[in-house]
Amino acid sequence: MTKEPVAVVGIGQTKHTAARRDVSIAGLVREAAVRALDDAQLGWADIDAVVIGKAPDFFEGVMMPELYLADALGAVGKPMLRVHTAGSVGGSTALVASGLIAARVHRTVLTLAFEKQSESNAMWGLSLPIPFQQPLLAGAGGFFAPHVRAYMRRTGAPSGIGALVAYKDRRNALRNPYAHLHEHDLTLERVRSSPMLWDPIRYSETCPSSDGACAMVLTDRAGADRAPYPPAWMHGGAMRSEPTLFAGKDFVSPRAGRDCAADVYRQAGITDPRREIDAVEMYVPFSWYEPMWLENLGFADEGAGWKLTESGVTEIDGELPVNPSGGVLSTNPIGASGMLRFAEAALQVRGRAGEHQVDGARKALGHAYGGGSQFFSMWVVADTPPES
Amino acid sequence: MREVAIVAFGQSDHRRDTAEISEVEMLMPVLHQVLDAVGLRAGEIDFTCSGSCDYLAGRAFSFTMTLDGVGAWPPISESHVEMDGAWALYEAWTRLLTGEAETALVYSYGKSSPGDLREVLTRQLDPYYVAPLWPDSVSLAALQAQALLDAEDTGADERALAGVAARSRTAAEGNPHAQLTGSPPPEALLEDPYVVRPLRRHDCPPVGDGAAAVVLAAGDTARRLCRRPAWIRGIDHRTEAHSLGVRDLTRSPSTRLAAERAGAFEAPVDLAELHAPFTSQELILRRELRLGEGVRVNPSGGALAANPLMAAGLIRLGEAAAAIHRGAADRALAHATSGPCLQQNLVAVLEGDDT
Repeated sequence: MTKEPVAVVGIGQTKHTAARRDVSIAGLVREAAVRALDDAQLGWADIDAVVIGKAPDFFEGVMMPELYLADALGAVGKPMLRVHTAGSVGGSTALVASGLIAARVHRTVLTLAFEKQSESNAMWGLSLPIPFQQPLLAGAGGFFAPHVRAYMRRTGAPSGIGALVAYKDRRNALRNPYAHLHEHDLTLERVRSSPMLWDPIRYSETCPSSDGACAMVLTDRAGADRAPYPPAWMHGGAMRSEPTLFAGKDFVSPRAGRDCAADVYRQAGITDPRREIDAVEMYVPFSWYEPMWLENLGFADEGAGWKLTESGVTEIDGELPVNPSGGVLSTNPIGASGMLRFAEAALQVRGRAGEHQVDGARKALGHAYGGGSQFFSMWVVADTPPES
Repeated sequence: MREVAIVAFGQSDHRRDTAEISEVEMLMPVLHQVLDAVGLRAGEIDFTCSGSCDYLAGRAFSFTMTLDGVGAWPPISESHVEMDGAWALYEAWTRLLTGEAETALVYSYGKSSPGDLREVLTRQLDPYYVAPLWPDSVSLAALQAQALLDAEDTGADERALAGVAARSRTAAEGNPHAQLTGSPPPEALLEDPYVVRPLRRHDCPPVGDGAAAVVLAAGDTARRLCRRPAWIRGIDHRTEAHSLGVRDLTRSPSTRLAAERAGAFEAPVDLAELHAPFTSQELILRRELRLGEGVRVNPSGGALAANPLMAAGLIRLGEAAAAIHRGAADRALAHATSGPCLQQNLVAVLEGDDT
């Protein structure tokens, strides 16, 4: 049997910021959902099911918040699924929603991801009590910094590469009105002289804590025909997971990430991602993850990812623009960050990315990862429907 | 639509307290049991999906512990829902429908023993207007039960509730995994004091720890892996408003709608496994599902005999499937619930081939 093609016809996101004190959690998610519906020119009655995702419930202190959010998301009388796959959850949530359409269970699905980090303290929410973890591993930066250092040692990358990524992404964010950080005065020198948090990761090379939500309306072929604006078509989607810690784990370039990318490229008929993909929205919470993922995703040979960054290939006007939206380094409502990558990739191929539009983007990759570099979700979207 | 079946089911012995073992240690024997039943290793399964809850585990990303136990190496295609495993099964079912997978492993688990479950579940409520009042889960169920007793059209009374309890726990005597088995007759139960009026101890589910797993397979693969697959003829789930004040607690329109969409009313069922943690909820569900006297309801003892949170719904699907596997049922209904007072409900219809 063949799968139903899946199209993105509506995209909405909130203005992301450190604390959205003007809205409740319900108000936050509804803002993104209404914008996605408006973009698709659909109403609540057109939605068959709601698939929602977010990172750990401790980040807001609400257990299984989808129960409370059913009313705000127009889900009463409808199916509602709640996905949780750590940091990759925003991407996984979109993939679960797309599966409902591909399987022809539903025709039009609202998918949404959010985090309202200001409701609690994510760093301590992530810091597990003894005996699960040593007390030194507070927050995500402490976990990932050694892997960045391993990458630098393995590849011989110059120490300034991370700052280049941060400076690029934060400047890209100036073109994105929804981005959390709009640092108009930022200079490369300021990035390089910002305080060291987790050596070698400096303050300006670290993602912010954001409140925000992202929503998408996914639909089938018939729904795409009725869409008021050009849809983004899904050409491939995949998830891969591997254990957190084990002998032989490669934290620098996890196999689950490589396998996941290979799977989506195969589905999308892509053999040379560097040439065939026009824009990439990848999950880069700490600057150095751009060169690391460039290699893991097959855009650069092993050990050569940093050279793409250094030579400007990943700039918004480069050959392979990475994170034209400003990325996770500029906006990080954790549970929504993965869906923002997926949605921003779709915006690019729809030609609706506004000031951060990549000229001529026809095929884009959305990427998310989570846990201890162990959960991956990706999709490839394009401006034309998949063949067959 | 592609044919998908439950081909194996396993569950732990459900116990009040399992402090001596971790979630992984609780789950692993169950995973091995279902994988052995179909002769597959974890790496040979096309898609894996699990359901669990960080608020029970008391730590973020608690599902990563059990994923490590599954042995996701080489990397596997895998997903997780922060819901009862019944919804993990639903996600896996859609995955098989797309043709991307031939087999799926679904598991879920929960340990309620480390915390005070009645208090923990208050964190599930509207965080601005309800949760600050800390209304516990038994009190909310009591509101629902009282509404049912007060409603004129139900004919329900406390004797009927005690009858559900006695029948369920007597049936559980045949279930080696049950946490609570055996019961005095209903009349004797009615002499007990109330826990929260009108609910007595027997009206409430046991609090405990447990795990469950199933294997799904499509078409001929299912026939190869299982002598009599339990085909999923229909499965659907619906949610209701969260605010109790806008709901008629004596009814469950989401259950009715899910049952309609799952095709439950197209032919009579001979067995029903209902996820009704409180006795009063069984009466509500029976009415919405139009279950007559001829239907065997919860021969396993149901959630009144063992209610490991996050797994109890998946266990209903598994028990119904197992009855079909062994020829004890031909067309069975399985139900799962989540949220306060039956807020969210899932209904599946399972059938065995003619023997």
